[in-house]
Amino acid sequence: MGYTEFSEEQLMLRDMVREFATKEIEPLAAEIDESCEYPMENIKKMAELGLLGIPFPEKYGGAGMDTVSLALALEEIAKACGSTCLSIAAHISLCATPIYLFGTDEQKQKYLTPLAQGVSLGSFCLTEPGSGSDSGAMTTTATRDGDDYLLNGSKMYVTNAGVADTFVVFAKTSLDLGVKGISAFIVEKTTEGLVVGKKEDKLGVRASDTHPVNFDNCRVPKENLLGEESKGFAQAMVTLDGGRVGIGAMSIGLAQAAMEKAASYAQEREAFGRPIAGFQAIKWMIADMATEIHAGRLAVHHAARLRDSGAPYMKEAAMAKLYASEAAMRATKNAIQVFGGYGFTRDYPVERYWRDAKLTVIGEGTSEIQRLVISREILKELA
Amino acid sequence: MKIIVCMKQVPVQDSLLKITDDSRWVQEAELNYEINESDHYALETALLLKEEHGGEVVILTMGPRRVKEAIKQGLAKGADRALHINNESFTTLDIFINAKLLAAAIQQEEADLVLTGLQTDDYGFGQTGVILAEKLGLPHASIVMEILKQDGSIKVKREMESGWFQSVELPLPALLTIQSGISQIRYATIKGIMMAKKKEIKELSLSDLGLAEGDVDDSTSSLKFHKLYVPEKTKQAELLEGDPKDVAAQLVHKLKNEAKVF
Ligand SMILES: Cc1cc2nc3c(=O)[nH]c(=O)nc-3n(C[C@H](O)[C@H](O)[C@H](O)COP(=O)(O)OP(=O)(O)OC[C@H]3O[C@@H](n4cnc5c(N)ncnc54)[C@H](O)[C@@H]3O)c2cc1C
Repeated sequence: MGYTEFSEEQLMLRDMVREFATKEIEPLAAEIDESCEYPMENIKKMAELGLLGIPFPEKYGGAGMDTVSLALALEEIAKACGSTCLSIAAHISLCATPIYLFGTDEQKQKYLTPLAQGVSLGSFCLTEPGSGSDSGAMTTTATRDGDDYLLNGSKMYVTNAGVADTFVVFAKTSLDLGVKGISAFIVEKTTEGLVVGKKEDKLGVRASDTHPVNFDNCRVPKENLLGEESKGFAQAMVTLDGGRVGIGAMSIGLAQAAMEKAASYAQEREAFGRPIAGFQAIKWMIADMATEIHAGRLAVHHAARLRDSGAPYMKEAAMAKLYASEAAMRATKNAIQVFGGYGFTRDYPVERYWRDAKLTVIGEGTSEIQRLVISREILKELA
Repeated sequence: MKIIVCMKQVPVQDSLLKITDDSRWVQEAELNYEINESDHYALETALLLKEEHGGEVVILTMGPRRVKEAIKQGLAKGADRALHINNESFTTLDIFINAKLLAAAIQQEEADLVLTGLQTDDYGFGQTGVILAEKLGLPHASIVMEILKQDGSIKVKREMESGWFQSVELPLPALLTIQSGISQIRYATIKGIMMAKKKEIKELSLSDLGLAEGDVDDSTSSLKFHKLYVPEKTKQAELLEGDPKDVAAQLVHKLKNEAKVF
């Protein structure tokens, strides 16, 4: 074995996920993209392997691994199927993680353990019909009523909403304090007043389960407040920092899949009497894909390492997500170009990679928002 | 029940093989390795037997340092410990010698059952298991598809030609060579991966096995590789013309008598 920056366990995890993804996930990817069917059976199998609790301690049903391990696993899953990857990434990074970071021991026992074991699935409700990038402008409210809170409002684009048992929900406990009036709650699916709306029909990641979620006098006991009142916005931002490492890894997986398909097609397809891989125009596309994938992967792993070490990593996570997702857009677009007309059809997976990659430049903060985060940090550093 | 599973690492299927300058073997430096296919099924069989009847599963591998990777994979899937005959210092292609080494390691354990894959994906001799059984003085059955454990014996289903099967009963201890594709092979779980680190991998040298270097080097090998080569490609196309019915008949005749494909 040559030089590697990964531990033996991380490499074994990557190999195991690669094998699972190739044999179990990839064969279904085109079909569930078409049918929009949530890959429940594979999600259950992954739960049995421990993949739904990778970064959480064994004490809470997790695997006791780290963010780098999670990134390696998500990349392999995305290489096979973007929808499956997003479903797992949202479950781990957006629902289980804030409970792990901000929950009480009791909340962790009750909610994190089944999430990490994968016996329950999780969602994150931040975005609303009227607020996405500007999530602080949310209008969902949580008003105190005796020992409970009553939640009212609408959330949008909630990944896993139709299959989730546990929802982390952000709402305003004080209307006049702006983002300082936002608090986070753990809400069970069965709570009266939580209504999951119609599934979205999407461009990409079509088999991921995206719905609006409405709260209509939804009564949540005060024990389910996550951390302290008014800390919700900061909690959401910290959660998204971690989530961006995951979306970065997903982007790299999609880009890698596109490059591999393009590189092998280019060596088979002939035009003007030779394989199209002989044309410099094609070679350069592949060289650029490979280089950008390499750089993006390093950026993702670096942000993951910073997170694992406890160092600040907000800027690096935003950079990794921004670069990797935009690299994935270029790589998947050019893979279609390499395939020509065939790439434009659903007979080949490259157009699906491109549609799936488009989510990565929107979800968990658009590219514009990543640039906003990065420039804000840089201008602060250089003030 | 104590089960020893013999596993080998072979070049990944569909590897681009390049022959060494002396035409004796393939260039190994650039190859990636994986567990031999039927050995996966041998391990899976052992793990299933352990789940049902209790006991211990011990992996036995021979090879250079890289085979640790295969051992770790097996341990992550649930094997309890491993024996590694490190052959960094000697090379042998002779199955008799290989079986002798494996037998020496197995004799140090008191196993109820020894499982091997049916054959390896590299040499494809299909002999190691049966020769090993002879060396150990154990009854054996080859191409095994199913195992039913009874009191002090096992009943196995063997695959024969043309869709025939044979049912055989063997006293324990015994050796079985396991057919590929007979079960669903499990994936390692993350828990298993994390636990693999703590499991014992015992390194065995020649002297640990009561052998000396002279016992196993190429000079004692009864098998010698003279030349390894890639079949030469020839292009032979024949265009059959005429009435489709006649052409079809001609084609069948040629396939039968000239190409001999059926
Ligand atoms: C498939 C999918 C799954 C999702 N899953 C979840 C989920 O599980 N939970 C959840 O809460 N949300 C989820 N989202 C929502 C996602 O996070 C938002 O769509 C995203 O943050 C953008 O918000 P928006 O759609 O409201 O767009 P807007 O905020 O309305 O943005 C529209 C455009 O304006 C740009 N823009 C906005 N503000 C600025 C600015 N300051 N400077 C420059 N440009 C700006 C944006 O970049 C974008 O180009 C999901 C979305 C999708 C598509």
